Amino acid sequence: MTYILQQLINAVQLGSIYALIALGYSMVYGVLRFINFAHGDIFMVGAFLSYFAAVLIKRLAGATAIPTALIFVGSMLLAMLGTALITLSIERIAYRPLRRYRLSVVITALGMGVFLEHMTLVIVGPWRISFHPLITETVYKVVGVSISTTQLVIIFVSILLMLILEFIVRQTKQGMAMRAISYDREAVPLMGVNVDHIITLTFAIASCLAAAGGLLYAHAYPIIEPYMGIMVGWKAFISAVVGGIGVIRGAMLGGYILGFVEIAAGAIFPSRMRDLISFVVLMIVLLAKPTGIFGLPLRQKV
Amino acid sequence: MLLSVENLEVSYGHIKALHGISFHVDEGEIVALIGANGAGKSTTLKAISRLISVQAGNIRYEGKNLLDFAPHDVVKLGIAHVPEGRRIFGNLTVMENLKLAAYNRKDREGIAQDFERIFALFPRLAERKEQRGDTLSGGEQQMLAVARALMTRGRLMLLDEPSMGLAPVLMRDLFRVLREINEAGTTILLVEQNARMALKFAQRCYVLETGNIVLEGPSSELAQNPAVQAAYLGG
Repeated sequence: MTYILQQLINAVQLGSIYALIALGYSMVYGVLRFINFAHGDIFMVGAFLSYFAAVLIKRLAGATAIPTALIFVGSMLLAMLGTALITLSIERIAYRPLRRYRLSVVITALGMGVFLEHMTLVIVGPWRISFHPLITETVYKVVGVSISTTQLVIIFVSILLMLILEFIVRQTKQGMAMRAISYDREAVPLMGVNVDHIITLTFAIASCLAAAGGLLYAHAYPIIEPYMGIMVGWKAFISAVVGGIGVIRGAMLGGYILGFVEIAAGAIFPSRMRDLISFVVLMIVLLAKPTGIFGLPLRQKV
Repeated sequence: MLLSVENLEVSYGHIKALHGISFHVDEGEIVALIGANGAGKSTTLKAISRLISVQAGNIRYEGKNLLDFAPHDVVKLGIAHVPEGRRIFGNLTVMENLKLAAYNRKDREGIAQDFERIFALFPRLAERKEQRGDTLSGGEQQMLAVARALMTRGRLMLLDEPSMGLAPVLMRDLFRVLREINEAGTTILLVEQNARMALKFAQRCYVLETGNIVLEGPSSELAQNPAVQAAYLGG
């Protein structure tokens, strides 16, 4: 029983990170019907920028001791800002001019992913960098189950960010515009909404979530390297598809499902079979429900 | 003159949809463009709201050249386009559809007053406030589409086939409300296949045939015109 509870906590932790990244794929798909295949690498950039932001903050602080919580939040915000700027440049330079050419823009996205990997490789070198955690680790024992501050922070921050996202999407006029675009993009300008602004905002939010995901992931698995975004990116993408791409809650659910499946597969089968099993399970879900669990019904045009 | 269209040419690929049409709409008027399917009526409205590109000609609104503006800026200038097929956002509630149409407005009180006005004009929408757009009937969706145009505070309303798919009773109701809206100061440019309805509703009409304006004049005169009667009023 305690073993299962233990694994459950691990699954929620992993699922939270997948959910954050899956949201980016899903939101961008919602407004553009486009899969941003560079998103996994955006997540990697977020992890690296968090690392450098933490170093920078510590250096600026010098001898003055500042609480690690402050460094954590500061690094996250700086990483979000930096990641968003990079993503928006990519959108403006590489995606927007090609928006009308569906296939080309997808290939461009794959290319931008490779570009980001190799830029990082050039800048930081081929070494695996160990990420110094910004959370003071304390392990609590609750009825035999151990849970660490790192796990609590990862879960708490992810859920907080998702609540903020829900608020933006449900309650603000920009969020309304995002949802409207996902339903009928051509009619949105008639409401006086500049669609390009909303698309920019969507990319910005998606990359902020990916940056946070990068920082949190680096706390769970504290080694960062330029190719870390590839596998995580694929997994998050598939989570988004399983949940129903274009649907916010679908991406969240998909992320958690993948987290659970992966931890369960790793607990039951030899660990080298983990990815194999989890992808098979996801394929089965998709065979049963091709548009994903909360899948957008294919809109009929009158 | 509120709106003037001069020698407007629009093509879809190699096919010319409008061959240099000219017409105008004065402040406070109801003007209709009538014509058969494919005559270029919707194209004309889409050109005015800048949803499609224009090959030649001019579109002036309050002295400004609309060709210099993006579609969302045309809305800010006061042109509200109620598109063909209503284009309600089915995943948003009725209230959210209305709020979205007020996207550029900052006058909270004015917005609240407009909600009241709209719910007075269309009590059905008040009942369905929290319902998703795609659960509305065709008639209710048309009401919502007109209501959204009101929320943008447009001074000129472009209406594309509002009668399409509506039962005669609903259609009469809708046109009664549209007349009220016009009497309250909104100028209307209407596009209709239902020529009988359009001639009754509008003060002036233009008849569009395969991208050309072939007839124009006060509705009462056109309704008596034998050619119009034969082609559009069923003899």
